[in-house]
Amino acid sequence: MSGSTAADPALGAQILALLVEVAPDVDPAKVRPAEDFRQQFDFDSMDVFSFATALHAKFGIDIAERDYRELASLEKCVAYVAARLRAQESPATALKS
Amino acid sequence: MPSLGADMEAGTLVEWRVQPGAHVRRGDVMALVDTEKGIIDIESFEDATVERLIVQPGARVPVGAILALFEGEPTKVAAPLAALRAQRVSPAARARAAQLGIDPQTVKGTGPQGAVTLQDVEQAPASQGPPPSPAAGRAGIRNAIAVSMSRSKREIPHYYLQLSMDLRPALDWLEQFNAARPVPERLLLAALFNKATARAAAEKPGFNGYYGKAGFEAVKPVHLGVAIALRGGGLVAPAIREADQKTLPMLMRELQDLVMRVRAGHMRSSEISSATITVTSLGDEGVDVVYPIIHPPQVAIVGFGSVVERPWAIDGRIEPRPLVSVTLAADHRVTDGRLGAQFLARIRDLLTRPEDL
Repeated sequence: MSGSTAADPALGAQILALLVEVAPDVDPAKVRPAEDFRQQFDFDSMDVFSFATALHAKFGIDIAERDYRELASLEKCVAYVAARLRAQESPATALKS
Repeated sequence: MPSLGADMEAGTLVEWRVQPGAHVRRGDVMALVDTEKGIIDIESFEDATVERLIVQPGARVPVGAILALFEGEPTKVAAPLAALRAQRVSPAARARAAQLGIDPQTVKGTGPQGAVTLQDVEQAPASQGPPPSPAAGRAGIRNAIAVSMSRSKREIPHYYLQLSMDLRPALDWLEQFNAARPVPERLLLAALFNKATARAAAEKPGFNGYYGKAGFEAVKPVHLGVAIALRGGGLVAPAIREADQKTLPMLMRELQDLVMRVRAGHMRSSEISSATITVTSLGDEGVDVVYPIIHPPQVAIVGFGSVVERPWAIDGRIEPRPLVSVTLAADHRVTDGRLGAQFLARIRDLLTRPEDL
């Protein structure tokens, strides 16, 4: 993997595992992080929906419909989930400091 | 061996999921069977106890053959087994056929009693064109589509109708519905399309059922076939059973489950064989209109194109509106254009009031 997924390899791997869970016919070794899922494996609206459902369940983040475009590639998705997780944690961080 | 499609003649038992003595309920998966459409989960037709498994894994058996016996039905064995008429294939021919990735049952046999010999198999690829790719499953699906669609174009006198619909009410309703719900409870537009089509099929006669030797046989429940594209090519159209009776959230869950299982290669026997009408949607691909081909023995198929914002005249003004072109391909032996037009208009009216779907 390269690009922004390299910044958080653990998160990248978790998200890749979810991707394969909702699209079992996708070979995780062939996923190109920067390229849109739609172009790589004909991702359709149901795939995107299932992927968003899996991310919601795994990370406990709410994903508005208008944000589905942020899930278009592995890189974008890692960045989006990381940002959402930080946003959820920040109130707690603020309390501690 | 249940028929898993109008053109299926035989299937290969891959694995038993039950053992003698096991109690199964209607719908439980009993076995996995390999067909041209991929591996299918074979479900039990009834609540019963398994007495004996008749067919061994690896065996290819024709449609109608008994796979297993339930307790209390001993007399049913003999006849169907006697009817076993799968083509004889010599062991060497079977092994070579597996190497070459061809189905020996499709090869014309020249041996004793028409058995397929090693030589028949080796000559088969030449007579059948280029040898199939290593993706034998994919080739099987391509072949199943070829057989079914050729039959459709040969036998069914299609007529086509197309209606443009303003989806503003449906999309507004959908946006509101989804905004108030977490991801797993949201709907896709496809669920609305499916429900509207299923309702119209239940209400308008002549579009839901099968065309057989005795002509058209109407069916009451709507088992809605949904065309699902496979990545890299090919498609299958398993059914959501009794789709007209299900709520939108139920239809959405079932559609999601179906798409994932189909792409993972796990369809159920009750899904693959029972569709009474089919919906195909190419909206994700950006085409305006799809002119679909009926899946025999069904008599109608409804196609949805992309939703695109276009100028639309409404109350004497031009407004941008999200439009979709909906097509109906129907069997002229059963219905005429007038009924077809009413059917499409009904779908439009249902989509105009999504809250009532």
